[in-house]
Amino acid sequence: MEHFALWLGGFLTLGIFSFLYKDNPWYKLTEAIYVGISAGYFVVVYFWDNFYSKFWVGVFPHKRLNEAGELVAGVEPDYWLIIGGVLGLLMLMRLLPKVGWISRWPLAFIVGATAGLWLINYFASFVMVQIQNTVTPLFGADYNASLFVIVGNIVVAVGTFTGLIYFFFSKEHKGAFGSAARVGIFFLMITFGASFGYTVMSRMSLLIGRIDFLFGDWLGMIR
Amino acid sequence: MSSHPMTSRPLYFIILSFLFTFFPSCGGSSIALAQAEPIDIATTQMIPDSEQVVVEPVTSLIAADHKYDDGGMIDLSWVPSIDDQLVASRVIGYKVYRIEDEGEPEMISELAPGSNTYNDQSVERGKLYSYFVSTLSINAETPSVRTAPIEPQREWLNYELLNVLIMALVLGGAVIYFIETARRGKKLFVRKIAGLEAVDEAIGRATEMGRPILFIPGILDMDDVQTLAALTILGRVARIIADYDTKIFMPVSRSLVMTAGRETIKASYQAAGRPDAYSDDMVTYITDEQFGYVAAVDGIMVREKPATCFLLGAFFAESLILAETGNSVGAIQIAGTARPAQLPFFIAACDFTLIGEELFAASAYLSGEPKQMGSLKGQDVGKAIAMAAILIGILTVTIGDAWNVEWIQNITTGLVDVFSTR
Repeated sequence: MEHFALWLGGFLTLGIFSFLYKDNPWYKLTEAIYVGISAGYFVVVYFWDNFYSKFWVGVFPHKRLNEAGELVAGVEPDYWLIIGGVLGLLMLMRLLPKVGWISRWPLAFIVGATAGLWLINYFASFVMVQIQNTVTPLFGADYNASLFVIVGNIVVAVGTFTGLIYFFFSKEHKGAFGSAARVGIFFLMITFGASFGYTVMSRMSLLIGRIDFLFGDWLGMIR
Repeated sequence: MSSHPMTSRPLYFIILSFLFTFFPSCGGSSIALAQAEPIDIATTQMIPDSEQVVVEPVTSLIAADHKYDDGGMIDLSWVPSIDDQLVASRVIGYKVYRIEDEGEPEMISELAPGSNTYNDQSVERGKLYSYFVSTLSINAETPSVRTAPIEPQREWLNYELLNVLIMALVLGGAVIYFIETARRGKKLFVRKIAGLEAVDEAIGRATEMGRPILFIPGILDMDDVQTLAALTILGRVARIIADYDTKIFMPVSRSLVMTAGRETIKASYQAAGRPDAYSDDMVTYITDEQFGYVAAVDGIMVREKPATCFLLGAFFAESLILAETGNSVGAIQIAGTARPAQLPFFIAACDFTLIGEELFAASAYLSGEPKQMGSLKGQDVGKAIAMAAILIGILTVTIGDAWNVEWIQNITTGLVDVFSTR
């Protein structure tokens, strides 16, 4: 069975790699198996993790019996979960064309609640903390910072300020404002370049992992 | 050897004791001071008195409700034992004991020498808790007096984040002001965004070539703002597509996004006066699995050969795979995400990229609706405040440090406080 799994894994891995040449039946077969199995897997996972473990067990907790078979105090039912259950039920109204419009209510609830919940989180993390951390003495406390630190502080200050100018939409990027915005986009592009290189290197490790599987686990050529 | 308890306690403890004695209501149940009650700890009785290394107990033990929480924490603080010294200390640590609803003492934590606070995070509302702290020597344990029972309280408002509320109100006020301004018919200026200028051109190209348009709204669910922004842009894109009678295809990896996507496209087709041209097949659920979804979308790209690909929303490792495949089939690609790690790949492989907030500004720019335009202008007010704060802050902190000028340093402190999130 273990050999069968290895051969199947090798066959499917090469099937996905065959896409590098061009679309072909082998890739189509692998794609269909991958999509089908993963979709089915997630249906099962969502049912047991969400519907059963969170909703059902939350509303109807398991009864606990002692050694004598008597009922002992257990976990209290969480009736708030019924609200989520009702919203989920309303989503299924989509299956009934006449009342399908009701499915917009839970959707509106999710979108509205998400926007409200994230507002303060985003505002605090990406605005206030960012400003607070940018406000640092350029030459270090008591003017005793090394040249390296001073350059770093100036890059952070200028990069943040000009970056904000680039993302200011109420003014045309012309003249001095435009020049500052151009400096801002330079900073962004340099950052993206560094990020690109870093991420490509981390993706190489994924490729190495697959090659290790093919030539090591499967073919036994790497030991 | 041991002094009177009151003599070793700080002044604030004596004042607080006085207040709670004569005005018990002024502290409510939120602070409980140590009170003298006998505590039975077995460990000290096992060793003969002559061999015990007896250490002084901690003093000024205070149990206080943790401020601005859900009623799940109690803070303890005390003055360490006078035998707890940095050099040649006779104290090897502390044990924190808790008594729940007048039951048996339970040891809840063991702390290192020098400790003088503890945050109990395992309490529940509706129960009374009292505490005592034992000082440990190598072979004895000396308990402190026990605090009065205290019940953890829930607070509905966190006043430590009052500045966040004020800032949010300022920005919210600016947004409302600009929305009202736009509604009164005043034209609000928004600079051109290169990627969006290309939307009409890209859809027109697909129409001329008779090939479909692929819209990919990222791989996160409806609880991500990038997905919401992508669907807002979809509304505008679908409206143009309906006008041009072009084919759109939108494979998704989340069931809720499928529902929302269908609603959005349907509304656009209705607004264009072509509800009959809409089909649920335009939006298809693939799978939640990240790379399963990518494998399927790649297959769709090479088989359907879309003329235009929109990659807007939250993307992860699949960003380059999708963008490269779209590029290989010769599609015009307009991408946008607020995930910094994925932006480089879109910039490298796509024709136009909406960087970060441009994605959120895009919907306002495309629609020109007063609500969205007002929101965008209100956010610009926020950015102007941020720029001013950064500029003033950096100048004052740099100059204030150099010249040691108090009023300049006060400005810095004030600014940092305003933007503090504690």
